[in-house]
Amino acid sequence: MNRVSPFFVGLLFGIGLCLSGMTNPSKVLAFLDLGGAWDPSLAFVMGGAIAIAFVAFRIAARRAASLSGEPFHWPTARAIDARLIGGSLLFGVGWGLVGLCPGPAIADIGFLDGRAALFVLAMAAGMALYSGFAAVPSTPGAEVALDG
Amino acid sequence: MTIDWTHFTPVSAFAGGLLIGLAAAWLILEDGRILGASGLLGGLIPPRAGDWPWRASALAGLIAAPLVARFLFEPAAPSIEATAATLVAGGLLVGFGTRLANGCTSGHGVCGLARLSPRSLAATATFMGAGFLTVFLVRHVL
Repeated sequence: MNRVSPFFVGLLFGIGLCLSGMTNPSKVLAFLDLGGAWDPSLAFVMGGAIAIAFVAFRIAARRAASLSGEPFHWPTARAIDARLIGGSLLFGVGWGLVGLCPGPAIADIGFLDGRAALFVLAMAAGMALYSGFAAVPSTPGAEVALDG
Repeated sequence: MTIDWTHFTPVSAFAGGLLIGLAAAWLILEDGRILGASGLLGGLIPPRAGDWPWRASALAGLIAAPLVARFLFEPAAPSIEATAATLVAGGLLVGFGTRLANGCTSGHGVCGLARLSPRSLAATATFMGAGFLTVFLVRHVL
């Protein structure tokens, strides 16, 4: 698979996160604080992103393969189960404690922010813990099932 | 509910959102992949032969973004109030939780909702609800 194109995807994603305010935890916490002085700005991030992505996914759904020839890796999981809800609950609590979700946390390393780096290290440790916890025999191509 | 109009930035938030959407559009149309930050990093733990280079490349672009953004506009430096212990606890929860749920704000919240996935809608409603509740408890109850 192409190794250059994803760099620019990451770059564009990160510039969007910086422009939107998502990379600033105090802004994120102000969005999540319905009981205080609420800053609804970040709802507009999701609106803008979904508007573009919605069109792109409609176009992709009608194509046999991506432009690079790589097949589409569509998520295959459908179940709304305890893993999905439990994992999202844990994630939401961590997000609410710090104000960082994975994309902005990784981008914040680029601000040379040591606290963001510490958060990302802990996040990677949490992922490694999961990999150990889910050390069931993995099947080739199992990543196809991931949602993102 | 009081709205904080002084910090309300709908235009830059929406414009940033458009760029995030464009990044997701690019990755699916050009490379056939769903954009998700937790999946990008989680797919490297452990790394798999043939699969890790594109993930590392995308993560490098993400980390380079604040440096490049400085040439385009003045990005707000992150202001992180959490203590080191909270950062570690929060990071562990976010890392473990997003892998268990197979996605985060980008994979479920943007791409999943844009694909009209009921699974992603359930995930997004759950992590946003948990986020709202956590901030409420931390700031107004505890």
